[in-house]
Amino acid sequence: MTSDAPRPAPSPAVEVADLTIRYGDHVAVDGLSFTAERGQITALLGPNGAGKTSTVETLEGYRRATSGAVRVLGLDPWSHHAELVGRIGVMLQSGGVYSGIRPAEVVRLFASYYADPADPDELLARVGLSDRRRSTWRSMSGGEQQRLSLALALVGRPQVAFLDEPTAGIDPAGRQLIRRIVADLRDEGVAVLLTTHDLDEAEKLADRVVIIDHGHLLADASPSELMASSHGDELHFGAPGGLDGAALGAHLSASVTEESPGEYRVAAAPTPATVAALTAWLAEHDLPLADLRAGRQSLEDVFLRLTRSAAEADAALAAERASEAGSRRRRQSRRARRGSAR
Amino acid sequence: MRAFAAQTRTELVLSLRNGEQLLVSIVIPLLLLVFFSLVDVLPLPEGVSDGVDFLTPGVLALAVMSSAMVSLGIGTGFERQYKVLKRLGATPLGRGRWVGAKIAMVLALIAIQVVVLVVAAFALSWAPGGTPALVPVAVLLGTAAFAGLGLLMAGTLRGTLTLALANGLYLVLLLLGGMIIPFSEMPSWLATLGELTPAGALSTVMQSCLRDGAPAAGTAWAVLAVWAVALPAAAIRLFRWE
Repeated sequence: MTSDAPRPAPSPAVEVADLTIRYGDHVAVDGLSFTAERGQITALLGPNGAGKTSTVETLEGYRRATSGAVRVLGLDPWSHHAELVGRIGVMLQSGGVYSGIRPAEVVRLFASYYADPADPDELLARVGLSDRRRSTWRSMSGGEQQRLSLALALVGRPQVAFLDEPTAGIDPAGRQLIRRIVADLRDEGVAVLLTTHDLDEAEKLADRVVIIDHGHLLADASPSELMASSHGDELHFGAPGGLDGAALGAHLSASVTEESPGEYRVAAAPTPATVAALTAWLAEHDLPLADLRAGRQSLEDVFLRLTRSAAEADAALAAERASEAGSRRRRQSRRARRGSAR
Repeated sequence: MRAFAAQTRTELVLSLRNGEQLLVSIVIPLLLLVFFSLVDVLPLPEGVSDGVDFLTPGVLALAVMSSAMVSLGIGTGFERQYKVLKRLGATPLGRGRWVGAKIAMVLALIAIQVVVLVVAAFALSWAPGGTPALVPVAVLLGTAAFAGLGLLMAGTLRGTLTLALANGLYLVLLLLGGMIIPFSEMPSWLATLGELTPAGALSTVMQSCLRDGAPAAGTAWAVLAVWAVALPAAAIRLFRWE
């Protein structure tokens, strides 16, 4: 290394540029670009099969991009794997630990891999496993295993932490603990990239949310930007299913749709007057109000809207392809019939 | 060096903590040696009067097979299935130190077995002969061959399948490999087949290293050397980490 060379401007901790990953004919990730910064929690959200794990595993150096570029701390994780592994922390979705090993043993073992590791005892206390010294991995609960995996991701004092569904299948207390540790990591300046299905978690924890589906980027913004964006002139409420939407709509002078059973959307600015009119109508009909959200959508609303419209676009494309294939088949079978007649 | 030492220690502790592996690698060979030395039911090759003189070299070969193929194969197979190997791939441990620690673990297990078995054999009034100086060479070649076979299974099959196959092979090779039943008692086609297996080659070589009057082992050394190169080469080529 040449120390007198001019240092390049600090680049983002994680850079994904036009990443494409193919497995045979299947395209798992298709032209994806985003970045994750130091001192921020970036949540990668998407339905099952969206390409989250493929993306993260490429960043961790497990697989090679089919095309496009990824950089972690300015390095290519595939060709600079050896340089990078000491500076990143990885938490796999499941497994990853010897089934007969005890927490303190495995934390000490992993500590021996790194030049300047965290103190194993402190780390065990931090993840709340100081009292499980004698249990082996296979005898631990799912939540304890997740916390131990997190400890192993942190033992090398990483600059970038990749956490694949860190709170999946964990009880509420364990989830709180993991969220607190992740928030502390951000405050210490670590770049945290986590994948999750838990939208509530992303909403509470993430500084930045990257939503992907079918390998495409659907959104990249802060949770509050996403929740406030575009569809702000709406009022959402929960009430018994099957309300007379037309009558209520007439009363409010706005269209009312039942988006899912018992969940309604009013296409009107959420002014106090509209809210008052809504609650008055409900009171008149002696109907309970389950919840009421004005202006802001929850991240779940945003997520479902984005992934649903992506799915609809895909379905339309598939239908188009199917009809093309159908007409090709018809042409082929006509030809085949002509052939057999000869 | 710190990582290598910690990794080797962990590998050894975990395999000694595993009861089934301990049974296969220490208890079964010891039981076979003691039982069949005391109870004269097994046929002996010509010119051998005391069973322990024939059984000890064979059981030492069995010990190598059980540590290098069964313990290593099954342990690694489950580590692969439970994504331990994948996780280690994202640490600075590195493949070289990992393989080195596995080799050190297997050699340490074999050393423990050899001590236990040799002490038991002397207690049963074993009188070794042959060319014992060549025993370490034979053990190293046998370890390479069986570790290659164990890792080949671990790196290509599911953990449970590796478990079944390694234990099944252990039994077949124990019977076919001339370890406790001499080749001279088998039909010639079966004896030839057995002598061509890594187990048969290793036991023939061990007999010549440790027993006066054992058949010449020139061919067996060659067969063992071929396995010791071919099986690790196949494992390196075909091993999949996930």
